[in-house]
Amino acid sequence: MAQETEEGNAVSSPSPPSPSPSPPPPPLPPRRKVSGEAPLQVGGQLQSKPTTAVSSIDISTLSFPDGTRGTFPTPSVGSGPSPLNSGYGTPSRDSSGDNLTDSMSVMSLAPTVRAPGDLASLVAGEFNRKSRAWNLLRSQSETVQPFEAIESGDSSELSGFEKEFDNIPENLTDDVRLSMWQSKMKHYLILSSAGKPIWSRHGDLSLINSSMGVIQTIISFYEGAKDPLMGFTAGKARFVVLTAGPLYFVAISKLGESDSQLRGQLEALYMQILSTLTLPTLKNIFVHRPSTDLRKPLEGTETLLSSLADSFTKGSPTALLGALECLKLRKSQRHAINNIFLKNRAEKLLYGLIVAGGKLVSVIRPRKHSLHPSDLQLIFNMLFESGSIKSGGGESWIPICLPAFNNSGYLYMYVSFFDEDGNETQPKPSSTTKPTSSSTPTIPEEGSPPPQPPPPPPPQPESPQEIALILISPDRESFFPFSSLRTSLYNSLTKSTHLSLIRSSLASPRPSISSILPGSNPPPISHFIYKSRPNVQFVMSSLHPLFTSPMARRKLMSQYQTLHAAMHAKHSHLKVIYSVGGDCASLGWVTPLFEFYCVAGPNVSRQAMTEAANRVVKWVGREEARVFIIGGGVF
Amino acid sequence: MADSGAPKPSSSVKLVLLGEAAVGKSSLVLRFVNNDFQENKEPTIGAAFLTQKCNLPTRTIKFEIWDTAGQERFASLAPMYYRNAQAALVVYDLTKPTSLIKAKHWVAELQRQASPGIVIALVGNKLDLTNDSAGGDGEGAGVGDGEDARKVTTEEAKSYAEEEGLLFFETSAKTGYNVTEVFTAIANAIPETSLKTARGPGASSAAARTEEQRVNLNGPRDPNAKEGCAC
Repeated sequence: MAQETEEGNAVSSPSPPSPSPSPPPPPLPPRRKVSGEAPLQVGGQLQSKPTTAVSSIDISTLSFPDGTRGTFPTPSVGSGPSPLNSGYGTPSRDSSGDNLTDSMSVMSLAPTVRAPGDLASLVAGEFNRKSRAWNLLRSQSETVQPFEAIESGDSSELSGFEKEFDNIPENLTDDVRLSMWQSKMKHYLILSSAGKPIWSRHGDLSLINSSMGVIQTIISFYEGAKDPLMGFTAGKARFVVLTAGPLYFVAISKLGESDSQLRGQLEALYMQILSTLTLPTLKNIFVHRPSTDLRKPLEGTETLLSSLADSFTKGSPTALLGALECLKLRKSQRHAINNIFLKNRAEKLLYGLIVAGGKLVSVIRPRKHSLHPSDLQLIFNMLFESGSIKSGGGESWIPICLPAFNNSGYLYMYVSFFDEDGNETQPKPSSTTKPTSSSTPTIPEEGSPPPQPPPPPPPQPESPQEIALILISPDRESFFPFSSLRTSLYNSLTKSTHLSLIRSSLASPRPSISSILPGSNPPPISHFIYKSRPNVQFVMSSLHPLFTSPMARRKLMSQYQTLHAAMHAKHSHLKVIYSVGGDCASLGWVTPLFEFYCVAGPNVSRQAMTEAANRVVKWVGREEARVFIIGGGVF
Repeated sequence: MADSGAPKPSSSVKLVLLGEAAVGKSSLVLRFVNNDFQENKEPTIGAAFLTQKCNLPTRTIKFEIWDTAGQERFASLAPMYYRNAQAALVVYDLTKPTSLIKAKHWVAELQRQASPGIVIALVGNKLDLTNDSAGGDGEGAGVGDGEDARKVTTEEAKSYAEEEGLLFFETSAKTGYNVTEVFTAIANAIPETSLKTARGPGASSAAARTEEQRVNLNGPRDPNAKEGCAC
């Protein structure tokens, strides 16, 4: 790992809010070393050698989120150490950049970091809140898990997150409902530039009409000044605005995402709208009548927007990384499935996909077209997150625009689920159930309630474990060819036992850290995500047992978001980030080939983390052909 | 009773469901095909294709059902689904007068554009929300204390159906009341002659399908595989 991070090289505390003046045994979150005194016992370990292109997390805040903060004046450090000020955000220090970046740490910049309100506040805020005794106490333990504070209920930032997805009941007074609405941590609003509300994640539009009005006024004020509003902060909430054609999208978040991440989420909502209407249609609607109520044309897709928004709020690695997850399969097995798929291919097929529980199993595509992750995200959302299609049973034929592929027209998407073997009767296309097969339950001609033994009610979408076949064509008449493709594909996959292979892989959990890093107990890191950049796919370790609760999962994703934001800030050229907070330590590592992020307990040493990171990256290298689809089936 | 014995002649009937959004088209199909009901079902996107058999004394009808989405933006796709259909279920919501108006539009469009002999059934759904849900074992959960949500009278819809020569039913997909009866009545109403020719116009696609499938099962589809790159 050539780009090893060098971080704050000392632990002693320069700034007032510091909780660790007296001899703290193992390292607390490193902080900037001001004077030249040698650090305490940890110093040897943290002593930095000059490196390149390495920085701690707060440096990136400078250029965050859109580069406008590159030269932050460091106002509020106050009585803090003055050397810090001088080294911070002063372009003239560029020559000694290494020095500068090496010695940055989260705490040393805490006050400034918190001001922008979108990056690192999570880490810093959390840390400051801990009492000194608490820190001393937990520093005794090497095995403190990340985000342990959650269990002890000490998590004011996310308190109420469990209620985030609850509906606002309709039978209460408006005041109560409004305060419930305001207590949500994340809002998405869509309105037309004429000010007509279109969609909001929470609250019916009558309840929040006035808020919509205010937002529209604010946005259009800046539009009028030819200086479009990008975002602003109010209290703990960050507002980000995206203007797309005739539509305004607003995200309001108290979850600490960066502006560009929020903007990406808004763009995904926009893509969802385009996928329903196509761009020319959307434009036409508003060209002719700018005051059109877009709710009517979008009718029925509210659930798609909501499930998409909720996946962002829960924390979606797919959305964060712009990458997809694959089902782990042996290379030879995947190859065989691809070949079976290719062999059964129908005419006029553009893309064919087998997807299991939201994970890609197999893709076939023409040589000259590839699939865009953002398009797939929309499809997966439709199929696996919002039960619209699954609940109907049978085979579906759906006009859909894939905006990243072509935003001006519809493609036609065939969807059918491969049900459990027993249940297979239900969506069978006509061609297989020839009249002779009388096994299917039939309905008595004239009769009271149909006595056919109802197949066990289809399991409601608990965790999406279904296997779906998706076939996409530019031709709206392709349904029946695709339906017979499904039959023959199903038969071949069943005969060759590949379908059961897919099922068993689907049933087994994601790899655990301890299985990837055997021999270390407890494992040094608690969770990781690895994105393969050339393949635009990611693999991550099991969320079990630490991150299964929605709150812990959210914290983990927030941590990744913070790392990701720091890495991808416009003017940062980071390769490695190591940051420590009161809650956890985290490491980000980006190369042209991959992006790697991991999280560990707050007391895990950086050395242990980097070593684990190296081992995980090696593991991914060995498993590459299993955890990623490389190339896929091309015709 | 008549079910046993020699295999009866069997034929497929292509049936399409049309009607305003949220009147219960998919729920009727779900009740008919799976004998199931889902509260708060999410809207259909595009269209769903399902099959179900219906045994008549003299023959077996296999329904190939196109359950279409009711939203306005899908209206332009409807011809694709009712083209060559031998039967149509036009559904409205008993508690929503505008849905009957929409239903009438669909009937008019079908009479204008669909195959001439098409059998159309007008179906008023959500009977469980009204007072006379007797057939539904009085279980209509929403009925409550004599509160009647019915907004479209039986007479009004029935007289319209008679004028236009449609079959007419009031159903509840929730309780299952009258659902099977609708499909059975349609099956009975399809003229034998039309079934004879069913292999012709109505099932032209079905026939093509069978052929394609035969090719598929017997091995790689050489002709297609070669030039399949048309897309």
